[in-house]
Amino acid sequence: MTTFVAPILAGKALLELAGQAWRHVGNPSAAAAQHRRLTPERLRPCASSRPFVLSLARWDFSLANTRQHFLALAIMAAVLGMGRPRADEAGAAIAANGTPAGLAACASCHGAKGEGNADTGFPRLAGLAAPYIQSQLAAFASGRRENPIMTPLAKMLNAAETEAVADYYANLPGAALRKGTPAPSGDGAIIALEGSWSKNIPPCVACHGPDGIGVSPDFPPLAGQPAAYLQAQLEAWQQGKRPPGPLGVMEAIAKRLSPAEAKAVADWFASLTQGTSE
Amino acid sequence: MRKLAFVRVLLLSLAVFGILAHGQAQPRSEVLAPSGLADRIRAGEMGFRPPPQDAIQPGPYGEMVRLGRDIFNETGQYARPFVGDALRCSSCHLDAGRLAGASPLWAAWVAFPEYRAKNEHVNTFAERLQGCFRFSMNGKPPPLGDKVIVALESYSAWLAQGAPVGADMPGRGYPKLAKPGSQADYGRGQTVYASKCALCHGPDGQGQLTDGQVVFPPLWGNQSYNWGAGMEMVDTAAAFIKANMPLGLGGTLSDQDSWDVALFMNSHERPQDPRFTGSVAETRQKFHHSPWSMYGQTVAGHLLGSTSVPGGGSTQREE
Repeated sequence: MTTFVAPILAGKALLELAGQAWRHVGNPSAAAAQHRRLTPERLRPCASSRPFVLSLARWDFSLANTRQHFLALAIMAAVLGMGRPRADEAGAAIAANGTPAGLAACASCHGAKGEGNADTGFPRLAGLAAPYIQSQLAAFASGRRENPIMTPLAKMLNAAETEAVADYYANLPGAALRKGTPAPSGDGAIIALEGSWSKNIPPCVACHGPDGIGVSPDFPPLAGQPAAYLQAQLEAWQQGKRPPGPLGVMEAIAKRLSPAEAKAVADWFASLTQGTSE
Repeated sequence: MRKLAFVRVLLLSLAVFGILAHGQAQPRSEVLAPSGLADRIRAGEMGFRPPPQDAIQPGPYGEMVRLGRDIFNETGQYARPFVGDALRCSSCHLDAGRLAGASPLWAAWVAFPEYRAKNEHVNTFAERLQGCFRFSMNGKPPPLGDKVIVALESYSAWLAQGAPVGADMPGRGYPKLAKPGSQADYGRGQTVYASKCALCHGPDGQGQLTDGQVVFPPLWGNQSYNWGAGMEMVDTAAAFIKANMPLGLGGTLSDQDSWDVALFMNSHERPQDPRFTGSVAETRQKFHHSPWSMYGQTVAGHLLGSTSVPGGGSTQREE
């Protein structure tokens, strides 16, 4: 009996370590983004269970920790050499080809790399947090997030497929910000960066992070999304066509924005990635 | 081929939907109707209104004002030698120190010099700023005349232009909260924290980063304000929370919830009071002699202040 169990346990431990290493390396886009910014030395994370969001409590500069990471990295390299996990393949297949149940390929609207489509306003999926994608697919399927295109499509996904496709897009690179952020100007920049406190509107970046790059998993990236998409979401909250989100905060804030302000702020975030190649 | 057809149908339906949606696009714009006096001051309908941010004039004076604003918003970046935690001035003074009910700078500027019971003498505004760095920023005070102080003074004075000198400005500090109906409670506070605060500040109060930058500030622990900061007082924290938290939903917590969660927040360890005498009991007696300070009190079997890391954070190590 033990002769059977031992290799299984060893394999499981190996996979867990690889998973840790993968999470540690995190999302390639986050790594790329870090090159854009000077990370204060005292805030450099050492360990994290989440790719984007790092808890300050976990700073650990001990040697043991570093060694553990090297070990995990080495094992990860070995595992990656053997091929990617099955779930990723399943997600990639759904994204590229759809499902036997008749779901169309996600890529047909959201782009081959999940980059979205600025002209049609189809959102970017690449680099969004997996729990966020899952919660939105569930909201589409239940009709709480009203969308005539996505509702029937989301209903065709079973739980395993939803998870696979969410993981697949979460592991694709997020949007690259254009070099040299445009100089803040206009109402959109003011709302995004300073807020409009006389109407109790905090700056978007206070929750969605600098340049709206997102704070995973509850505050999705705004940079990289088409202007039309962002504006439509603000309008959906204004009209009660999208779940209010955590604490209902986005519905509350969206309702304080005038139509002109909603458009201006959507345009501002879209401008942060304009002209970058995908 | 099938795919192409599908995309066409999709685009067509989107276009139709778009036209329909546009036809009825009359989004309700429900601006929160401020009711009470405090709300109206806050909304800028009455009371003092600082100049808009883009009104900072060019030239050497404007540059100093701008530097002050930048220090205020990105304190760790622009005043790094003096900052020992992960907070910004604007973490507690919302809207870059402009917002009534969130300790606006313009109200503080006209109130100084002022006698402060905290250090039992008349403080200049510059000395008050030094206190912020020493306690709230868990750092070390910039010397008087240092560019950091001059810049913050300039920014404060600029915000206060036109405000009557010496006036007790409506909107100063945080709106005082009536005493709690029932005694503030750690357990209830923990529940409030989990449901209303953890989303942003994390399950363990340590805030959240993205891309190496602090987005949501840590509320306790080694990267937060130290035991000497004003925010460690439960009544101050409750008043701040009631008026301003969760961000964008200020005023939505009940008074009791605000008291409970403030007590919960301030019943965790944070860096030591820099005035620490070597004894928690003595330090409590000298500097925390108030029912609203949890320092030196035992919560859940732990004597608060007994395991604090030394105050000053990274600013002490760099010396």
